[in-house]
Amino acid sequence: MIPRPRPERFRLRRTMMFMNAQKPGLIKDAYIYGCDSIMLDLEDAVAENQKDAARFSLYHALKTIDYGDTEVIVRINGLDTPHWQEDIRVCVAGGADGIRIAKCESAKDVHTVEEAVLAAEREFGVEEGRTLLMAALESPKGILNAYEICSASERMFGVAISGGDFRKCMQTTPQPDGIDMLAARGQMLLAARAAGIQCFDTVFTDLDDQAGFEAEVLQNKTMGFDGKSLINPKQIRFVHQVFAPTEKELIQAEKIVRVVRENAAKGLGVFTVDGKMIDIAFLPGAERTLRLGKACGMYKGDLV
Amino acid sequence: MEILKPAMAGTLESSDAQVTVEPGTQGIQLTLSSSVMNQYGRQIRATILETLERLEVKNANVTVVDKGALDCTLKARVECAVFRSADCSQQNIPWGGVIV
Repeated sequence: MIPRPRPERFRLRRTMMFMNAQKPGLIKDAYIYGCDSIMLDLEDAVAENQKDAARFSLYHALKTIDYGDTEVIVRINGLDTPHWQEDIRVCVAGGADGIRIAKCESAKDVHTVEEAVLAAEREFGVEEGRTLLMAALESPKGILNAYEICSASERMFGVAISGGDFRKCMQTTPQPDGIDMLAARGQMLLAARAAGIQCFDTVFTDLDDQAGFEAEVLQNKTMGFDGKSLINPKQIRFVHQVFAPTEKELIQAEKIVRVVRENAAKGLGVFTVDGKMIDIAFLPGAERTLRLGKACGMYKGDLV
Repeated sequence: MEILKPAMAGTLESSDAQVTVEPGTQGIQLTLSSSVMNQYGRQIRATILETLERLEVKNANVTVVDKGALDCTLKARVECAVFRSADCSQQNIPWGGVIV
């Protein structure tokens, strides 16, 4: 049995790769790809008559396979199905780090899942509050209610948009410039930042269109996403490259953290670093850059 | 658990195993074939029998076609087949109880 450490609500999540929980050939190797999180799927990837088998498979995978530092999230079936309650029981009993709520449309949906998770934690003797939650927004209603969803629970670490279902609702298709989902991505990012949780973009499904994939990842980065859902290991490396800080950003961040701390001790509030005005407001961003650099193996210092 | 009706779980894909259980009267009758029989046959057989014992299955005809499944997959497939044969594979599974 592999005991997993208590999940961290806020950690690096640049890449989150989907895996069918019903396919033993996939889940046994999941940790070798180096993505930050894996998403074991009980929902759409599993046929309706194999939901039971997928849970047995998931339980033993969670208990047996050492996923190391890779975070293990499980996507459960929607609240409008007969499956979600047993999905939650197996996730909690198996010790999954977090649960992704599919087709989330309101704070009430988050609360419904949260109650079932708490009941399962009590049933299986798991530390209360251990199991984290994230929500997938897949409909216009989910996007419009994004803030109440993001701020619905202390367990919520992030929110993601699910492009396939969302575009269907909006009667549109993927566009090279992302105009099809611009408003939705923007609204979701605003809500996530306002609630202080992470925000992830949808999967890019055309594996033959590498240029399109790269363009989308670059846009995700500039819009302020924390990471992206993936469907294939070959997509991991590029996302990690794009989301890593540059050498210049790291040097700048290190300087800011050092100077802000030194000057705070001296009682100075605002000053210049390399000709730019800097005050305390720059500290959280600079610290975040250093943490990201540390996770990417680029920053070896001890400021964070 | 009693095997009430024939039931199957798993596939013939690589790294998986297909397990069929049927009602029987003469203890556990196991028919095993495996793509890695020479290397792991004994261990696969032991894992299947241990799982059936844990579930307290006393009488059953069990057929396993193994395609190189890990122990954790074999356990999952045997358990699912047994629970399906008793029509109780969908909810209130005793995770951490007899399923360990």
